[in-house]
Amino acid sequence: MSAVETTSPTLRKTALNAVHRQMGAKMVDFNGWEMPVEYPSAGGILAEHNAVRTGVGIFDVSHMGDIRLQGPQALNAVQHISMNDAARLAIGQAQYSALLYPQGTFVDDVIVHRLGDDEYLLVINAGTREKDFSWVRDNTREFDCKVENLSDDFTQIAIQGPRAVDLLQRLTNANLAAIKFYWVTSGTVCGLKEILIARTGYTAEDGFEIYIPADEQTSAMVWNKILEAGKEFGALPCGLGARNTLRLEGKLPLYGHEISDTINVWEAGLDRFCKMEKSEFIGCEALEKAKAAGLKRTLVGLEMVERGIARDGYKVLDDGGREIGYVTSGSYAPFLKKNIALAYVRPEFSNIGSTVKVEIRGQGVKAQVVPTPFYKRPKK
Amino acid sequence: MSYPSDFRYAKSHEWVKPDGKSATIGITNYAQESLGDIVFVDLPKVGSEITAGKSFGSVESVKAVSDLYAPVSGTVTAVNDELAKSPENINKDAHGAWMLKLDAKNPEELKSLLSAADYEKFVAEEGGH
Repeated sequence: MSAVETTSPTLRKTALNAVHRQMGAKMVDFNGWEMPVEYPSAGGILAEHNAVRTGVGIFDVSHMGDIRLQGPQALNAVQHISMNDAARLAIGQAQYSALLYPQGTFVDDVIVHRLGDDEYLLVINAGTREKDFSWVRDNTREFDCKVENLSDDFTQIAIQGPRAVDLLQRLTNANLAAIKFYWVTSGTVCGLKEILIARTGYTAEDGFEIYIPADEQTSAMVWNKILEAGKEFGALPCGLGARNTLRLEGKLPLYGHEISDTINVWEAGLDRFCKMEKSEFIGCEALEKAKAAGLKRTLVGLEMVERGIARDGYKVLDDGGREIGYVTSGSYAPFLKKNIALAYVRPEFSNIGSTVKVEIRGQGVKAQVVPTPFYKRPKK
Repeated sequence: MSYPSDFRYAKSHEWVKPDGKSATIGITNYAQESLGDIVFVDLPKVGSEITAGKSFGSVESVKAVSDLYAPVSGTVTAVNDELAKSPENINKDAHGAWMLKLDAKNPEELKSLLSAADYEKFVAEEGGH
């Protein structure tokens, strides 16, 4: 067996770092952040994953960044830098969107929350925090709005799973039943006033993300209260390992994998979040042209037919062994109990039911193109 | 977790249980702990030749793929097929969940492997940094 990864001392830490270590979490380097990948003593990745599918799981996602745009032209600024139509957002509503380069490829994917008349909060990825903030600031200078990087102000905790609503309701005065998916409110949580509570997540499950002050003491207090209250619901602390397999089952893109600065919106299949009919936005011209030119590759879901796990970067081959694409994310799917993957392939191989091969350690292993998302949560 | 004293151990975290000319091979408890939940095992077929220090297969957790290295050389005489269906058996009992049985070529190779006590010391240092 080969060696195990360890973390270096220069990594950034969230306010909950000491708490994770106390709980015996296995820590890894994730985009420059020292984050828990799993909590072996609480169950490990498989148990954590399934807790979120069937009960509730708690994640520290404070490595995510936050950018606030505020001012008379905040909406114009958001419209200019993001591909979804923020004009459709009511106060308290959120949408999935993306920041694009002029080529129509991804700076990052984001969640845009409308917090007030002229106030928007963009939640961005850890690995792209600085790049995103510079991008937003540099591309909104012509608008009358203030752009602030609030990334270090919040500890962000995700409470995810079918029982998330029951758990969080024990700790807040906000009426959670009244908050629809992709809406946001504020309320008292664990005695802290005016806490942002968003019904969002990255697990393909119902759930909430709360934004609390980033000091260690407050962060630890809230984390521990959530876990304590979660006992009766079988809540588990969950690491980035489960976060990744959960999002993969739900086909939620990960920056650097399904989306990147070389992949465009059409290739990634994110058409429904890209509103070409709205006012101009960065990347829209290139996307018009790309649409007219047609797709050269497209994102598909694969299920392994023969034994083997497709991993990120593995080649996808046709029956004759010719390279037709590559895997962007692949894993054993803990809830579905299958080996699944997302891959970019040439469009002629993207039909559901098509048989392809994934090259695993020099061998072509049979896989099939299947409908995505692999997992859809049951309707209540 | 104790390491059986009649096993020999490789620094790449495989164990060997010698029994005359025959040898049984698996991965150590330290290995399964480092890997986390094991979801896939790829092992050679009966009749294959494996060579000490060379990869003979792989073991995969949710997060990672790790090569398995042969602690000794020989011809595979039996494979634990149950691990294909239930790879989690390795997590449950790493020293019981054997992978291969070998007709060992060169019993001298065992001498270069660690005793239980030395292996325990070795992993304590490896895990401690």
